[in-house]
Amino acid sequence: MMEGDESMSERRSCAVMTASCRSEAADPAVSRRGFIAGIATAGVFTGVVSLAPGVTLISVADAKPVEEAASAKQRWGILIDATKCDSGCSVCVDACRQEQGWEGHGRPTSDPQWIRKVNINDSSTGRKFSLPVMCQHCASPPCVDVCPTGASFKRADGIVLVDRHICIGCRFCMMACPYKARSFVHEETEDQRSHMPRGKGCVEACTLCVHRIDADRLPACVEQCGAKGSGAMLFGDLNNPGSDIAKRVAVYATTQIRTDLGVKPGIYYQGI
Amino acid sequence: MTGFRFILAVLMVTLLGVASATAGDGPLPTIPKGMGDHCVADTQFMRRNHMEMLKHHRVETMRDGIRTRTYSLANCFTCHVVKGADGKPVTIRNPAHFCNACHEYAGVRPDCFDCHASTPNAPEQRAVP
Repeated sequence: MMEGDESMSERRSCAVMTASCRSEAADPAVSRRGFIAGIATAGVFTGVVSLAPGVTLISVADAKPVEEAASAKQRWGILIDATKCDSGCSVCVDACRQEQGWEGHGRPTSDPQWIRKVNINDSSTGRKFSLPVMCQHCASPPCVDVCPTGASFKRADGIVLVDRHICIGCRFCMMACPYKARSFVHEETEDQRSHMPRGKGCVEACTLCVHRIDADRLPACVEQCGAKGSGAMLFGDLNNPGSDIAKRVAVYATTQIRTDLGVKPGIYYQGI
Repeated sequence: MTGFRFILAVLMVTLLGVASATAGDGPLPTIPKGMGDHCVADTQFMRRNHMEMLKHHRVETMRDGIRTRTYSLANCFTCHVVKGADGKPVTIRNPAHFCNACHEYAGVRPDCFDCHASTPNAPEQRAVP
């Protein structure tokens, strides 16, 4: 693969990103906002960390106050760089499982699976790459269209969720989802996380770690990919032109999966 | 007329006597005392309305992402926690659990805990370090 200046610069910024995530993981008291503010302050004295011409590692704090409702001002998304994602790595999946408390029962076809690693092998060129796939948090989610009770819904800031209080477990949404992102809970659950109630008879999927986003923190997969993985995931507000993710999707060639369906996912991929 | 008044008075005394005897003698739930001085609202109000408060808060939290702690179910268990013989908080499966104290008495099973955690847990500490 060709490695020009631009990719070198990008790699350097990735190292910075990884270090930033690590520092946040080591000290949970350091919030995303606090960290970003710190970087911004440092940037004044040390120069701005450059990702590419015009793209810097400075973001405006986007999270809302705790007592305020989520609004359409934000559109949360993740950019996943498949060129950095290692096929043997499952840090994001492990982080999700640990954070949200889901686990398998040795039945891969029906076990809960909020996020999975997909390894691609292009037989015509021999190119191999790997990427995590989870709920794509579509702007026009088919799962919401088909839900007969209104349990499947989209929050104002674009996060697609299941309201388990009114989910009847019909699984229409599982059939409607083009990304195979949703799972059904077949077993009684115990020892759930306080922030993530889950029980038998309901459908569930990636919540984009909505409890963390509301608390001004990164989703668990993104945080751990930065701390222990290859720093292939970037989370942010796509609506804010000043955010890292918005700047990167504006500069680099990125794509969503199955754009032909017109569901407008919030998860972007680079290098697929 | 005097006879009627006398009968009425006797009847009232009898009825009051029966009522007070019933209130005093019947079995009542033993409610474990919570920590702290008082709940988030008056006790009598909480007894009648806790489910409505939880329902209201759940919609705010789920649909709008308003995560204030005061009326959250998770916050109930920061005070209303019953510890078992092993010193750990008991779950809803244990009859001694705070919610069970009244709900078993009333013969009503709350289905909150089919999904929700029934013990305090600190998700921030349990997350991947």
